[in-house]
Amino acid sequence: MAEFFQHIINGLSVGAIYALIALGYTMVYGVLKLINFAHGDVFMIGAMVGWYVARWTGESRTPSIPGALLVTLAAMAACAILGFVIERLAYRPLLSSPRLSSLITAIGVSFFLEYGGQYVFGPNPRAFNVLPRHLAQHLGPVSLGYVDIVTIIVSVALMLLLQRIVFHTRIGTAMRAVSYNSTVASLMGVNIDLVISFTFVLGSVLAAVAGILYASKYPSVQPLMGLMPGLKAFVAAVLGGIGNVPGAMLGGLVLGLAEQLVSGYLSSSWRDAVAFGILILVLLVRPSGLLGRGEAEKV
Amino acid sequence: MRRILPSLLALAALAACKKQDQGSGMMSPDATGPIVIGEVGSMTGTEATFGLSSANGIQLAIDEFNAKGGVKGRQLQVKVLDDQGRPEEAATAATRLIASEHVVALLGEVASTRSMFMAPKAQQAKVPMVTPSSTNPAVTEKGDYIFRACFIDPFQGYVGATFAHDNLKVKKVAILKDVRNDYSVGLAKNFIEAFTKAGGQIVAQESYSNGDVDFKAQLTNIKAAAPQALYVPGYYTDVGLIARQAREAGITVPLLGGDGWDSEKLYEIGGDAIVGSYFSNHYSPDDPSPRIQEFVGKYKKAYGGQLPDSLAAQAYDAAGMLVDAMKRAKDLTGPSIRDALAATKDYAGVTGNITLDQNRNPLKPAVVLKVAKGGKYDFVTKVYPEGMQPESGSGGDAAAKK
Repeated sequence: MAEFFQHIINGLSVGAIYALIALGYTMVYGVLKLINFAHGDVFMIGAMVGWYVARWTGESRTPSIPGALLVTLAAMAACAILGFVIERLAYRPLLSSPRLSSLITAIGVSFFLEYGGQYVFGPNPRAFNVLPRHLAQHLGPVSLGYVDIVTIIVSVALMLLLQRIVFHTRIGTAMRAVSYNSTVASLMGVNIDLVISFTFVLGSVLAAVAGILYASKYPSVQPLMGLMPGLKAFVAAVLGGIGNVPGAMLGGLVLGLAEQLVSGYLSSSWRDAVAFGILILVLLVRPSGLLGRGEAEKV
Repeated sequence: MRRILPSLLALAALAACKKQDQGSGMMSPDATGPIVIGEVGSMTGTEATFGLSSANGIQLAIDEFNAKGGVKGRQLQVKVLDDQGRPEEAATAATRLIASEHVVALLGEVASTRSMFMAPKAQQAKVPMVTPSSTNPAVTEKGDYIFRACFIDPFQGYVGATFAHDNLKVKKVAILKDVRNDYSVGLAKNFIEAFTKAGGQIVAQESYSNGDVDFKAQLTNIKAAAPQALYVPGYYTDVGLIARQAREAGITVPLLGGDGWDSEKLYEIGGDAIVGSYFSNHYSPDDPSPRIQEFVGKYKKAYGGQLPDSLAAQAYDAAGMLVDAMKRAKDLTGPSIRDALAATKDYAGVTGNITLDQNRNPLKPAVVLKVAKGGKYDFVTKVYPEGMQPESGSGGDAAAKK
């Protein structure tokens, strides 16, 4: 039984990170109807910027909590700019062209970031030392890693904050309006360009936090690290109902738990097969996802 | 007829070329100048250290032989070509060395994949090839002209098991292997065979795939099985992450592994979590054996105080083994050198006495190293193949006394 609880804890910790990345996918899809495949690489850039800042400030030699906060803020700022620039340069010129063009451009941006990252950072993984490494806490036979606790708390806090932004602020209302019908929204005086930029920036900032948490959990950074988590988060977004904010959170947690239980009780070789099997199953049986309801609230 | 004539001429020209090629490929055309040995290595690219270390080791060996008068009264010369770490380039470089440089033998590559691309070229031209460090068993299976100077992967599984059982005195071991990597699967299989044969018990077997970063689920199961040691025959990045997560999961027993751990990245990623764990390797500069200390001294003197890594030591042995065979060969044609190489017995290399088996793989000892604070590797002991006794004048005696 102790193992079962351990698998649940591990699953929640992985799932929280998937959920943070999935939020970026889902918001961009809600507003633009675009699957931003470069999102996983924005996540990677967040971790990479964190690595450089940690080295520059000395955080990687003497980790401390204020240092970790500084690293995270720097990564968030860098990714906010990156998200803004990607949208401006790569997606906005294609706003009125067929959706397939944007999708292919997204893949192009993704490759650009991955291989550009390899060129600048080098292809080898580097150790990531941020956050002091306290020993794992033990609750009876179940051990709870320090980073896992931080990950779960930070993720939940950010998701609540996002929920608040989307449903209780003017810009959030504008985002929802654009998501329902962008033409009508623009006729009502909503600045569509601003809303789209804001959505990208918000999603990229969440990806940056996820990148720092992920890199602290598996203490290494490398240019292709965004590939798998990006795909998994995409599955999570579809599972929860793409375009749906609570759905992305639920999808992330379910996927994280499913993966850990499969690795724990079946075999780790089945883990990715199960993740992508879930994607196929959802698309076949319930294309609108767990929480999606045809014309449900989209963000 | 007018149409046939040009094609006949072309055919004749082709035949002439072919004949010429054969003639030069078999024997060095100039019987008094230096004997040319070809070397293929990754001198640039992400694995540049592999190629550069090997080239240093080879050059050191060749210089020593030349100072002692060379082979059959002729000096030796090494012609190095860079493959940039790419398998296709390694094949091209091997072809170039054979066809235009008329080398009598080839040395290289370090990586098994690249050696496997070179091997068919050497085999086809009947030019003997010795790889210093490719440990995949499939390399020498490419043909009877392909040799190696290092032990093969499965042997390390035996070394790990013997060390766990005899030195660490543990009875229960768990295994965590990379199922997508032949190297890891091979080591794990041989570890299990040897360990159960010695009376030990494998209490858990878990797997992962190269590139995974989350091992918590597997480690949770391993912890439940309460092993006394954990065998992880993977590569350094994965092992570093596994070590960290194992400690977080509350597993405190030492980790064991193979030469895939040998990188400074291991400690960089694993940190203090990997300290106190053991892995098998080809050689250690800390080995007290006089043979090794003499080699380390010579190497440091030749290369500005640089410490030879295991690739340099093995390249030195590969070159030594080849030249030793050339001295014994009745002439310098490919088949004669091949026969002499195949008959290599008790060649006194720095990494141990080398005797080739019928599959052209050496039987030789491995060292076990312990990861210490700061990422240093401490020499622990040497493990010999079944039935092989420690050679005199090597580290074996010293290790046996410990």
